[in-house]
Amino acid sequence: MAPMKVYGWLVSPWMAKVLLCLEEAGVDYQVVPLSLSDGDHRRPEHLARNPFGQIPVLEDGDLTLYQSHAIARYILGKHKPELLGLGEGGGVEESAMVDMWLEVEPHQYEAAMKPIVWHCIVHQHVGLDRDQAVVDECVRKLKRVLEVYEARLSSAAGSGSPGPSRYIAGGGRVSLADLSHLPLMHYFAATEYAGVLDAYPRVRAWWEALRARPSVKKVMAAMPTDFGFGSGSSP
Amino acid sequence: MAMKVYGLPMSTNVARVLVCLEEAGAQYEVVPIDFSTAEHKSPEHTSRNPFGQVPALQDGDLILFESRAISKYVLRKYSSELVKEHSISDSAKVDVWLEVESRHFNEPMSVVIYQCLILPVYFGGQTDVKVVEEKLEKLKKTFEVYEERLSRSKYLAGDFLSLADLSHFPTAYYLLATPHAAVLDEFPLVKAWISDMLARPTVKKVIDMMKATA
Repeated sequence: MAPMKVYGWLVSPWMAKVLLCLEEAGVDYQVVPLSLSDGDHRRPEHLARNPFGQIPVLEDGDLTLYQSHAIARYILGKHKPELLGLGEGGGVEESAMVDMWLEVEPHQYEAAMKPIVWHCIVHQHVGLDRDQAVVDECVRKLKRVLEVYEARLSSAAGSGSPGPSRYIAGGGRVSLADLSHLPLMHYFAATEYAGVLDAYPRVRAWWEALRARPSVKKVMAAMPTDFGFGSGSSP
Repeated sequence: MAMKVYGLPMSTNVARVLVCLEEAGAQYEVVPIDFSTAEHKSPEHTSRNPFGQVPALQDGDLILFESRAISKYVLRKYSSELVKEHSISDSAKVDVWLEVESRHFNEPMSVVIYQCLILPVYFGGQTDVKVVEEKLEKLKKTFEVYEERLSRSKYLAGDFLSLADLSHFPTAYYLLATPHAAVLDEFPLVKAWISDMLARPTVKKVIDMMKATA
């Protein structure tokens, strides 16, 4: 069986989500590195894979998929359904909780956190100004989001479980919903706003525990927190 | 016991869930949430949706929010063909196009709807023409991809109607009510795909609910 291929650049948080799934699932895969600065994602051969000209893209035999969460669900559905709240011990209700927090991640968390990371780390290297008003507004929004997460991680894990939930979807076990938050957090923790997490000890503990997972250490090792601009190895 | 949906049908996110309940043939009840009295920020509602948004769904002890997660839950619970659970590659294609709907269609559309329909009518504000133009350009790029896709398959995920298609209907319905409906004229297959969806009995029923609460 030919290994799955993943097209993209390793510093992308959305590429990282897919790689985390592949590592957690323990399947063979091959990264096909593309160059953002050379515009590989806009060339006809890439547009044939993803007409929106984005990465990551997954090829598994005849099947070509894009959108990181769709790719992630496919990999895990096939090889590690427990991470979707399915498989052994899972079901419709647990997977609905995973789905719910997987929607919260882009709509609430990424919406607040990504602009902070982009303005503070990326913009200076790509000829864009840092807009402090945008950063300030996003930090305000992020604090409100983290309050919700702190409360969530402080409440009961689920029926039969007395302690607070270690995992965001509350099923008593790790899921894609937890993993999907990690790549952006990796970069956020390298900005001057990392201290914002101090007010949310359960969120910090959740992040620290997840980043100790072997899959996370391996994938993050290839993601310099300056996106590679400092070492001349930007995408 | 009937499921409860908290919110008003005129909300695109609530309408998305309602059409799935109709398609599934589920028993449900709509419980209105009054934004004008900030009911969505009340402790009672934030205990269902901590972000103070609609919809929320209650099914027995289970409480869910995020319309696409609720939609998948309802469709899976009732073993609907709209999510293709038994085919890993078909369900993956549904997931791809549902993500596309959220990121490439809903994102620019929600700004256009807010600027053209909500801001002037509910807040007495002025439409920001520049922002609308920018989002319409993004929408046209999305429609170019959709037009090409629909030239090769009957629906977005394949030759089968799925949640990915239906997820578009509430926002598409409002697009037709803005001054920019004519953007669809450049994309005949997209226009026909939308018309077909809006003629579907379950969709028509939800549109009647949307009109009644607008």
